[in-house]
Amino acid sequence: MEKAGKFNRYIFAVIVLYVSWILLTATFRKDELIVGLIVSLLVAIGTYDYLSEYGLRHLYPKRLWYLAIYIPYYLWEMILANFDMAYRVLAPSMPIKPGIVEVHTDLKTDTGKLALANSITLTPGTLTMDVKDDTLLVHWIYVKEETVEGATREIGGRFEKFLKEIFG
Amino acid sequence: MIKMIIGYFLLYFGAAFLFLGAFGLIRLPDLYTRMQASTKSTTLGALSSVLGVGVLYPQWFVKCLVVALFILLTAPVSSSALMRAGYRTGVPLDKRTVVDKGKEFFGEGEKEETK
Repeated sequence: MEKAGKFNRYIFAVIVLYVSWILLTATFRKDELIVGLIVSLLVAIGTYDYLSEYGLRHLYPKRLWYLAIYIPYYLWEMILANFDMAYRVLAPSMPIKPGIVEVHTDLKTDTGKLALANSITLTPGTLTMDVKDDTLLVHWIYVKEETVEGATREIGGRFEKFLKEIFG
Repeated sequence: MIKMIIGYFLLYFGAAFLFLGAFGLIRLPDLYTRMQASTKSTTLGALSSVLGVGVLYPQWFVKCLVVALFILLTAPVSSSALMRAGYRTGVPLDKRTVVDKGKEFFGEGEKEETK
């Protein structure tokens, strides 16, 4: 994907900043909304270049839809991960079989890789250590598959189909 | 009433997992497995406690959501940085470790550069 135009990215930055303002002030009083809009318009002038590369394309309905499915799924996986952890910590025999494996990803954008790394960190038994090009280094507390293909299927597979739609 | 039940449930749920995380720090054998326990439990524990406060005090709920979002975004990044630093400074792996692909991933040449 090529970069979006300057104006496009500027508008996207204004939207992001304005939404953050509304969330942080947590009111809908008229004066707050007007000041927020002015501040976002000003701050976006200096920051749009760093905030996004693809501008309004981030807000396509399809992406937002996948994001809306992804967030509850992610939270659910996180709760499962904690129960899994609790079991491993509390069980007297301590069923651990740790190892460091490599996981391959098809995601192209940096944001996508960051999201994948974060997802892997918060799901059962895995923690991302580093990302280089399209390989992630993952510490796994109970290794089921040592090969790159097997680990990719077991760890990354279920997130990639969502993240591919969201971040491309 | 229902607000109280949900709020206190979230608070105690979070506290329980924070406790389990601390317990894991004592029981697990090496840095890497301990990081696993502490990362997961502190993220969910802090998230759940913050949301519990948000439910108990509805005027703070939106702010609590924002705080929860920031915790969710930043906690994994910091743990991954700590773990990487630990690996590259040569913290030994536990003897039960079955596979270690980190050496070929980082390569020996790159290790020299960072000194």
